[in-house]
Amino acid sequence: MSESSSFILDDQEIPFMPGQSVMQAALAAGVFIPHLCYHPEFRPHGSCKLCTVKINGRPATSCTTPAAAGMEVESNTPEILDKRRTLLQMLLVEGNHFCPSCEKSGFCMLQALGYELGVVAPRFSLLYPARPVDASHPDVLLDFNRCILCELCIRASTEVDGKFVFALSGRGIKKHLVVNAESGKLADTNFSLADKAAQVCPVGVILPKRKGFAVPIGQRRFDAAPISAHVDEFKPVAPGERP
Amino acid sequence: MNAPRKLKVATTSLAGCFGCHMSFLDIDERLLDLLEFIEFDRTPLTDIKHCGPCDIGIIEGGVCNAENVCVLREFRANCKILIALGACAVNGGLPAQRNHLDLRDILAAVYVTEEGLVPGTQIPNDPELPLPLNQVHPIHEVVNIDYFLPGCPPSGDAIWKFLTDLLTGHTPRLGHGLIRYD
Repeated sequence: MSESSSFILDDQEIPFMPGQSVMQAALAAGVFIPHLCYHPEFRPHGSCKLCTVKINGRPATSCTTPAAAGMEVESNTPEILDKRRTLLQMLLVEGNHFCPSCEKSGFCMLQALGYELGVVAPRFSLLYPARPVDASHPDVLLDFNRCILCELCIRASTEVDGKFVFALSGRGIKKHLVVNAESGKLADTNFSLADKAAQVCPVGVILPKRKGFAVPIGQRRFDAAPISAHVDEFKPVAPGERP
Repeated sequence: MNAPRKLKVATTSLAGCFGCHMSFLDIDERLLDLLEFIEFDRTPLTDIKHCGPCDIGIIEGGVCNAENVCVLREFRANCKILIALGACAVNGGLPAQRNHLDLRDILAAVYVTEEGLVPGTQIPNDPELPLPLNQVHPIHEVVNIDYFLPGCPPSGDAIWKFLTDLLTGHTPRLGHGLIRYD
């Protein structure tokens, strides 16, 4: 590997192709960087900040920073892991994340990253926001209690489905996911279970009805191995492979 | 030489379902190994009503009423190390699912407007009953908590790993498979 096409990530040499982000190159090399709003099939968003690394000593989101030769990137350091834990704790107290009753438990990236990073305490005061669910659609339940504002459903609905079903509304702590219908109800949109937007939620907001808890505990996605061992599932896809 | 002093351990269930205590008993025969190193003070297992000076206090459940607050403060005042055991103690859990509702509406729904009630049923107001709080709180919002063990309930193996780490002077580390939020 020539020096011009690699960077150093925690003492490991990571090769990259022109145009790849630090995140893409790391994942392609089999090194997991925690993330929630990043998805291999979508343009990076850079909003969850969980993939923050230090590049040549300065914090940056690895999903939005293009890889460059000779970069020195720190990811798995006590300082950065502590900041990621804090971000997860803030997400966990902002919503209503009650895992024991959630159908996404065992498949949820927020939960899996909490396990990965050893988040055992909420640390902050819980906000317990009031966020009514939307069960109007015949095939899909929306449970806004768990939304982390990653905008993956918005991006999927807009860029892949061409339907513009979801959007964010409000500012600051009042920012929330909304449905683009006069009634605000999912049943009054052309949303379908086959949409890409129905498959990308990293947490338990967009749930297919009548399929809850189909997989027994012990056999769920992140039961056997931690999320970092699933690095292959997050590897970059070529533009042509994008559905 | 004298045997080392046994550590005093107290446990209680506040706004919980006793599932975490059942899970504690799920360490099975290892409970006998544990009793080589600890002795119980106040706990549902001994039926001692108030806790004296203890080394370790284990709290199941969140705080949903005035009595929970008193018990939790008694534990904090008496225990060198206080542990939040299980989802409800850590983040409020199931009881906290009422937090976005008005307490008066909830009580009215159960005791006044519910169908099939005996005529004249009222919201209970006996002075013996602890007053419910407007919201259920995780215990770290009321007193300082030293360690957290999430899970609904945490498995017997997780409780065993946690306690043996603690008793041998290590910071408890659960690792994959033992750290669980569900």
